[in-house]
Amino acid sequence: MKKVEAIVRSSKFDAVKNELSKIGINFFTFFEVKGYGRQASEHVVYRGAEYDIGYIARIKIELIAEDTQLKRICDTIKNAAYTGEIGDGKIFITHIDEIISIRTGNINESAL
Amino acid sequence: MTNPAFITNNLWILISTMMVFIMHLGFATLEAGLAQQKNTVNILFKNVIIVCIGILCYYAVGFNLMYPGADFAGKYFGFGGFGLSLPEGAAGLEEYASGKYTYYTDFIFQAMFAATCATIVSGAVAERIKLLPFLVFVLLFVTISYPITGMWKWGGGWLHELGFVDFAGSTLVHSVGGWGALAGIMILGARKGKYTEKGIRPIPGHNMPLATIGAFLLWFGWFGFNGGSVLSADPGAVSLVFVTTCLGAASGALATFVVSYLKFKSLDHSMVLNGILGGLVSITAGADGFTPGGAIIVGLIAGALVPFSVVLFDKLKLDDPVGATTVHLVCGIWGTLAVGIFGTGNLVSQLIGIGAIGVFTFAFAYFIFFIINKTVGLRVNEDMESKGLDVTEHEMSAYQNVERGNFALMTSDL
Repeated sequence: MKKVEAIVRSSKFDAVKNELSKIGINFFTFFEVKGYGRQASEHVVYRGAEYDIGYIARIKIELIAEDTQLKRICDTIKNAAYTGEIGDGKIFITHIDEIISIRTGNINESAL
Repeated sequence: MTNPAFITNNLWILISTMMVFIMHLGFATLEAGLAQQKNTVNILFKNVIIVCIGILCYYAVGFNLMYPGADFAGKYFGFGGFGLSLPEGAAGLEEYASGKYTYYTDFIFQAMFAATCATIVSGAVAERIKLLPFLVFVLLFVTISYPITGMWKWGGGWLHELGFVDFAGSTLVHSVGGWGALAGIMILGARKGKYTEKGIRPIPGHNMPLATIGAFLLWFGWFGFNGGSVLSADPGAVSLVFVTTCLGAASGALATFVVSYLKFKSLDHSMVLNGILGGLVSITAGADGFTPGGAIIVGLIAGALVPFSVVLFDKLKLDDPVGATTVHLVCGIWGTLAVGIFGTGNLVSQLIGIGAIGVFTFAFAYFIFFIINKTVGLRVNEDMESKGLDVTEHEMSAYQNVERGNFALMTSDL
């Protein structure tokens, strides 16, 4: 099993969610995050003074993928989140050692 | 059977009293909205206590310092005794002010104005002033400085005899508050990180809805602030004042809107709110004497001044989170001068009044702040300033669930 962490644009979150749902992936966690990257940050003009905020806002999606589904999930996320502009985001894949379901006590794949 | 005109006049002044009173809620919400979330409780606390200190001090000393009585006409200083002393019988009622208001009405109406000048200062010094030293300043400012300069005109003193005109307090209340604010921010210094080598780093207000509520409450209250300053319910005078007051506010807002857009290419809401208030302050010296057309011109000029003034104070590294110096000091001076140009006064006596009250008030405020700073220190330390005054001074948050992350209390799950 793998953990897939995807940092995507806030504006693309709905698209990613819908596309994942179409391939049967309906369980994940998401966070509102801030970060620094290559994309230019938000411009503030307040009472006549201009300033660059510095950071940009993103959504981070975290889901667990069975090995057989991994490529399909990553391709789906990548295509749904794409715009072609700098700042589209990244997908990180790490290995999961063990999963335990709190309600049933099931382990690993049967816990998903 | 009491004279109906007396009843009506007195009633109108009492209603105006309540309207000026609600301006304190306006100040509280405006200031809170234009400052950072982490200092919200501190700002609200200051605004609440200022009203209370102000009214009590005015009762104890201020009222009789500001209105010492006919014996002191034309003078620089007079004192009518501590506390209130209701004149016997009709002398405290219909004969007190020729059938316009009672002794107690006079006191409570004026008391509302007194606290206003101190609350003007609280916005400018927000986010980095120590609470208790600030309250000490307020006590002295409202008890001594405001009544003395107020007496010079409204208490029958030397400025009144000179022909200086200030109908409802562009100078006596607003620029007095503005001078206090200026003295305060000069001694305090700017908020940390506001002025960097790379230029000005804006510290935006955290709640524009609150700020807007505040501005509208102030506009609402101003109908009483100016309307009640007619000191009777005279239909012609009060209705004219309502018109000039409202036109001044609207013109101020629009002028600021247009000028700040041309100047900064931004539609800055906080600036427009300042424009409304700048227009109102500028109309306050002569609302009973301007024509409607004159009121519009005065308000437009005040609104146009606002963006330039805000930028100027920033250039001088005088940090004013809410624009109190711009709205109350600069527009207060302009409104007082405008009476000499468009209204019923003459320019020379207006200048003398502005200058004399400015020098006295600024010197008084600067001296007090200076002494406080040298003894106990006026400004909070860096750690308090960065953590925010809510948790450090008050050990509480304004938005408890959100800030402290009490997720169990705040969210619901199925």
